[in-house]
Amino acid sequence: MRLKEIPVSVWIGVTGIAIVVICALFAPWIAPYGETEVVGDVWGPASAEFLFGLDNLGRDILSRLIFGARTTIFVALSATLLSFSLGIVMSFIAATNRGWIDLGLSRINDLMMSIPSLIFALVVLATLPQNLPTLILVMAVLDSTRVFRLGRAVALDVAVMDFVEAARLRGEGTIWIIFKEILPNTLSPLLAEFGLRFAFAILFLSTLSFLGLGIQPPSADWGGMVKDNKDGIIFGISAALVPGAAIAVLTICVNMVVDWLLRRTSSLKGGRGDA
Amino acid sequence: MNLSNMFGPFIAFARRFPLATNIIRRLLLSVVLLWAVTVMIFIGVEALPGDFATTYLGQAATPEAVANIRSDLGLDQPLLTRYGDWLANAVTGDFGNSWASGKSVSDQIEKRLGNSLFLALFAALIAVPLSVSLGVIAVRYRNRVPDKVINILSLAAVSLPEFFVGYLLIMLFVVTFPTAMFPSTVYDDMDFLSRLEAIALPVTTLVLVVLAHMMRMTRAAIIQVMSSAYMETAELKGLDGLRMIIKHAAPNALAPIINVVALNLAYLIVGVVVVEVVFVYPGMGQYMVDAVTVRDLPVVQACGLIFAAIYISLNMIADILAILANPRLRHPR
Amino acid sequence: MPDLLEVKNLKIEATSYPPGEAPQRITIVENIDFTLQKGRVLGLIGESGAGKSTIGLAALAYGRGGVEITGGEVSLNGKDLLAMDRKQIRAVRGDRVCYVSQSAAASFNPAHRLGAQVIEATLLHKLMSKAEAEARATHLFDILGLPDPQNFGKRYPHQVSGGQLQRAMTAMALCSDPDLIVFDEPTTALDVTTQIDVLAAIKHAIEETDTAALYITHDLAVVAQISDDIMVLRDGGMVEYGTAAKIIENPSEVYTRELVNVRSIKHAEATEQSRKYFEMTGIHAAYIGGQKVLKDVSLHVPKGQTLAIVGESGSGKSTLARVATGLLPPLEGEVRIDGEALPKQLKQRSREQLRRMQLIYQMADTAMNPRQTVGQIIGRPVAFYEGLRGKERDRRVEELLESIEMGDGYMDRYPAELSGGQKQRVAIARALAAKPEIIICDEPTSALDPLVADGILHLLLNLQKKRQLSYIFITHDIAIVRAIADSVAVMYQGELVRFGPKSEVLAPPFDDYTDLLLKSVPEMRLGWLEEVLLTRKLESAGN
Repeated sequence: MRLKEIPVSVWIGVTGIAIVVICALFAPWIAPYGETEVVGDVWGPASAEFLFGLDNLGRDILSRLIFGARTTIFVALSATLLSFSLGIVMSFIAATNRGWIDLGLSRINDLMMSIPSLIFALVVLATLPQNLPTLILVMAVLDSTRVFRLGRAVALDVAVMDFVEAARLRGEGTIWIIFKEILPNTLSPLLAEFGLRFAFAILFLSTLSFLGLGIQPPSADWGGMVKDNKDGIIFGISAALVPGAAIAVLTICVNMVVDWLLRRTSSLKGGRGDA
Repeated sequence: MNLSNMFGPFIAFARRFPLATNIIRRLLLSVVLLWAVTVMIFIGVEALPGDFATTYLGQAATPEAVANIRSDLGLDQPLLTRYGDWLANAVTGDFGNSWASGKSVSDQIEKRLGNSLFLALFAALIAVPLSVSLGVIAVRYRNRVPDKVINILSLAAVSLPEFFVGYLLIMLFVVTFPTAMFPSTVYDDMDFLSRLEAIALPVTTLVLVVLAHMMRMTRAAIIQVMSSAYMETAELKGLDGLRMIIKHAAPNALAPIINVVALNLAYLIVGVVVVEVVFVYPGMGQYMVDAVTVRDLPVVQACGLIFAAIYISLNMIADILAILANPRLRHPR
Repeated sequence: MPDLLEVKNLKIEATSYPPGEAPQRITIVENIDFTLQKGRVLGLIGESGAGKSTIGLAALAYGRGGVEITGGEVSLNGKDLLAMDRKQIRAVRGDRVCYVSQSAAASFNPAHRLGAQVIEATLLHKLMSKAEAEARATHLFDILGLPDPQNFGKRYPHQVSGGQLQRAMTAMALCSDPDLIVFDEPTTALDVTTQIDVLAAIKHAIEETDTAALYITHDLAVVAQISDDIMVLRDGGMVEYGTAAKIIENPSEVYTRELVNVRSIKHAEATEQSRKYFEMTGIHAAYIGGQKVLKDVSLHVPKGQTLAIVGESGSGKSTLARVATGLLPPLEGEVRIDGEALPKQLKQRSREQLRRMQLIYQMADTAMNPRQTVGQIIGRPVAFYEGLRGKERDRRVEELLESIEMGDGYMDRYPAELSGGQKQRVAIARALAAKPEIIICDEPTSALDPLVADGILHLLLNLQKKRQLSYIFITHDIAIVRAIADSVAVMYQGELVRFGPKSEVLAPPFDDYTDLLLKSVPEMRLGWLEEVLLTRKLESAGN
């Protein structure tokens, strides 16, 4: 793989993600004001001093955006990592063992997928205590169902290949077969799926926060910032649109990278369609 | 041997009527799935940590007060008994009373479900034909400018959160160029046209959200069919592009496209929840979100069950249509 | 008489998009000239990549998957197809020129009835009324030997067999009474006993309708039965062009001679065959929830000899390999090596038991992990069974590469960088790396071009001599059986119909199935098909 093979859109995507990650890592040093510091009037207009203006309590929107990147990225990334590990481990166990284990896991998965994620999340969050670990766990478990489905399909595709059978005939153990024979051949679609799940996690978290069920105030997160400032919209105050746009831009960046990964996967398979 | 004798008649039936067998199987599966969902929504949720009484009372949660509330709400009964009662009532359409307001949940749902379906229906009526045609256009001009433009725009569109699209539209059509209504309140005695006017913005939001997904998947489904060997046969018979698509591609693309549509109508359900909150529209989504914030379980469970039932039915209808479109099942050997 | 089809100086190119580089033009076919008269058949023959299908499709002015016809002339009845606009070309396709593809199963639209598809082009070009077209289709179904010709057209593609579909596709091509039909490997995907019927039907139909044909195949023996002229192609260029008799009986080019003499390996049958080294006794087997696929099969092979198991698809020959290796535990019966009974289940077999029996697959492509280098693929069994590491292991891998006639320069290559024949060689080396005593070869040459396949067979025979290997060689190809076997087992619908030394099995008196199988294999001489058909006619008359 050479660097010049990578199209411009991917570079834009990677740059966007990098900026957000840097903001998240070094928020206290980059942000001009504090996360919860009231620095002026309610919904103060944008100025040289306050680049995006002030929010519904008179806090600097830019600073909150930078601190919000921290929460948003942290929660979305942890949820994705967790959901991914869970989904992959379960799906590979199902695909390599087949039989009852596969049947049981697949049926449970089907059942969980028979309720839309957001609805499921709402039902569960109605009883669970409101805190960060719970939120991450709920997001991860719900999302792992999609990872499970893809992981199982991909692993089964590879597991029926003759070279896996050859390894079994040689007498190789399950661990070798999963890590040396199956995993290297599934990395590309799984990587694309990881990006897709991450983009989805950002949107999902933002939606939950927007509905008031995600990250709780006063800590800043992008979806929550939209919720805080939504009443200003009708007066023509764009404070709610700025964090909304931030979510959109980050997700677009992730999707641009994913789109390229997906195309590469399908061209690796040698398929005729580029869909 | 005995076993095959026992199932003999069923197997013979399945061989002779694969279509009916597959449809019956799919219907049964949906019933089982729905039942499993009730178990999950009721027993699963109640088994989770967290207690309404303690949350409700907050600082004032003395053991006596908690016990009082629990017995008032019937929470002191065994879980399975409560599940049995709840399920028996739910089947008749009775979802009990809200903990927060004490009012009948079913009454509220009756009003709001219609509103939500109205919204979703109009969004679907616009989004489905639009996205399928866009998908066809993208395939027609595959890898050329229209396809690339559609691809880039749809990639951006799938990345936008619903509420962002909603507020953007409000900013544009309510604040900057005041042409649309906000908030999108509807009343019982409102006439049809004013209703339409009220839902213009939420419907647009939903369409924009669903459109991109549906279009991308339609495009993929059609490309899959177009690359089949029988399309080459049609071309080598001297058929022109239009005839090839109508006569040879369409019958085979139907099933995958139905699937795509059903899948995305499910997106609509989720979209409805957020869009209703954005536009302060009195539907099921808003009702459910409000109930979740005050932990009003009977309402949450009822709404969750109804959303799940709609979703399961949509998927079932899609699968049955796909079964009907399959010549192998329609014309068994 | 004017030429029906005249191809002059044909050049066909494609654009490839190597990653990270500018798109490149590749010439696929160049400098092809031939003519074809009414009622004659020209055979286009060559190995994969010879460009034969591409040339055939050029007769319809069609380039498959981004292929472009960039030079020369393709004149039909004196008019150059390449100079026509799209509309004019559409008027020719399906009307004057028709196409029969290799895979009829994929080429029929699953959503429409066969009859409607057969007459579609005829109606489209307004050649006949619907009733006339339907009558013609019925007539063609009859000529082609399809069952119940009156009602055959009412069926859907999935309701008829592969051989019938291939004939229906021929009917579809003949229906518009075209001047020219392009047959693109129409019998390659079929079993031999089906192939002969389809071949006979096509030949009969061509004679009956007096249409001209381009017959594309990789099998010279097949093309010899049906063509008047033959063109031999290699790498997109012409090697030799002449009458069928000239090409088969007196080829002038070296390459053509190689093709004609393929499978001429001589292997003297071992005389002593009674000692049972590997043995399967009373095997019954079924897949989970399925019907029995093996019924009471018993066979054996002595040390250092080859047992060929021959049969058609569905005969259970590959299942036998799965039972032997433990992938499919038998319902009844035993598998023994050198007197030692092996556990039925793969998981219960010891590493040493697994080492003694190795398997070589049909598709070398899928049999090797695409993410491992040749060195890793061959090195793993060395490390796994013998515990060799580092330098020692590498030295063994080099030895093995040498034994399959490939240098150690291939150590760090990935399978994708190898040719089909090289891949199969690496697969053989992987099997050898275990130092096995018996190798089960599951159609290892059927996906390869004939000359490459010959090379693999030579290699296997040499290795057998050097290492005293026993082979169980599963194949559908009687020619291979003749070439390499010591003993032969004939399988039919899960049963062993014949088993014994090659000289006995392949000599009369035959049972019905073996007789049919042997008579169905095309022989590399003119007039073979007529002879077989004649004897069949006599036999049925005698009955």
